[in-house]
Amino acid sequence: MAREERSIKLKIDNVKKVFNSRNGEMIALNGINLDIMENEFICVVGPSGCGKSTLLNIIAGLSEPTSGKIYCDGHEVTGTGTERGVVFQQYALFPWLTVKKNVEFGLKLKGIKGAKASEIAMKYIEMVGLQDFANHYPKELSGGMKQRVAIARAYAVNPSVLLMDEPFGALDAQTRTQLQQELLETWQKEQKTCFFITHDVDEAIILAQKVIIMSARPGRIKEIVDINIPYPRNQETKMSPEFLELKNYIWGQVYQEYLEVRK
Amino acid sequence: MKTNTTAKLKKTGNRNSTKISSKIWVLISLSAAMLVWWLLSINPQTSRSFPNAVVVFKSMKTMIDRGVFFTDIGSSLISVGAGFAIGFAIALPVAILMAWYRPVRNIIEPWIQFIRNIPPLAYVPLIVISAGVGRKPQIIVITIATFLTMAITIYQGVVNIDETLIKAARVLGAKDKDIFLKVIAPATLPFIITAIRLGASVALTTLIAAESTGATGGVGMRIRALNNSFDSAPMLLYIIVIGVIGITLEKLIKMAERRLTGWQEKREV
Repeated sequence: MAREERSIKLKIDNVKKVFNSRNGEMIALNGINLDIMENEFICVVGPSGCGKSTLLNIIAGLSEPTSGKIYCDGHEVTGTGTERGVVFQQYALFPWLTVKKNVEFGLKLKGIKGAKASEIAMKYIEMVGLQDFANHYPKELSGGMKQRVAIARAYAVNPSVLLMDEPFGALDAQTRTQLQQELLETWQKEQKTCFFITHDVDEAIILAQKVIIMSARPGRIKEIVDINIPYPRNQETKMSPEFLELKNYIWGQVYQEYLEVRK
Repeated sequence: MKTNTTAKLKKTGNRNSTKISSKIWVLISLSAAMLVWWLLSINPQTSRSFPNAVVVFKSMKTMIDRGVFFTDIGSSLISVGAGFAIGFAIALPVAILMAWYRPVRNIIEPWIQFIRNIPPLAYVPLIVISAGVGRKPQIIVITIATFLTMAITIYQGVVNIDETLIKAARVLGAKDKDIFLKVIAPATLPFIITAIRLGASVALTTLIAAESTGATGGVGMRIRALNNSFDSAPMLLYIIVIGVIGITLEKLIKMAERRLTGWQEKREV
């Protein structure tokens, strides 16, 4: 996409990850090199076990690469940081806190308290449309609502990078479509760099500017596909010839990898 | 449909009890128990063990007149309370250390599992040999029994904390101290309360063993003493007293549980 000149937000520099298991070494990731530009929306697709989540955990600083480095804004990543927010597939809401308290969690750790924290939290709770549920506990919410809270919680600490690990994977088709739409809207408003893992090719194309196809064993980048469909995108986009063509192509590539894994 | 809370709906929505409220069921259960008791008291085979309710109730007056009824209960509550409190105070840090450090777990867990299956009555003499008679050995026995149960329960709670919650806290900027206070502590709370409930129950079931250490008073000691004279009415009375204390504690803890951990998705049994 030809926007104004952008800088590199995330640099993945020759990352390798090896797990030591009882059956010997397992190379989860090998030779991963990728530059992600500021405000770019990247989707990563690939068969299960291709190391997508491992890569996300490394970028988040939750896991260390065996070799190679991650840079965020030119600084080497050595652990977690609030400039890199994460949304997990399992929502990971604190069940003992209300929706509002969940969203305030990161703010309080930043030293923002009281009315100021409340104001910021409410802003993002409203952004995801849950103002009527601010004082509810997670157990009273549906899956889609829980994930909205998780997104609001990630946004509240104002990260410049949003890492999402199959965030809509556990949701039904309608809710997923709706959340994709909401995510696109907020991404266009709030401008953040998004690194989004999915195994749903449709989801990847509707969201991303670039789709990274990964291959398994060891996990490496197989291909990077540019998605040159203009935003705003919606459900009708999914009917357009360019969408279908991309879907066909990417699905074919991913399917090939599934077959490889099966062997 | 009545406007009920969801919790109530779930309870009454169960199989049989759609119309009758739980309070009524308690009354029915209690009446049935009284009936069984009465049947036992008129059956010649069992009547000597189960004197009827009136006789048992009268024996309460006898025990009060003897000046032992309330001091026995008081003495037992002191032993149970102290033993339980010390047991809990040791169990909590030990459980956390076990969950945290593998060597601690690998060394201590087998000990706990080993001792847990031994009836306290078996090791009471060993304790008396070293600790003498009186209050001290009573508290030690209850401390050991409650510690074992509570340490295992809390340990399992800490070990089973959902790791994504810790990850979620970390990416939101939590340091180790925050993770402990703001994630691990609240996530473990339901298990701590379960441990307290089980611990209270164990403390009471250990009472007889604990008070066989040459105690001069106490509910457990009194039952053993009455045993020598086959005086079944006050014995039955004291047994009921233990039951009443147990169920009262249980109810109080459950009340606290609902208040403190009502946020839980599932309620454990």
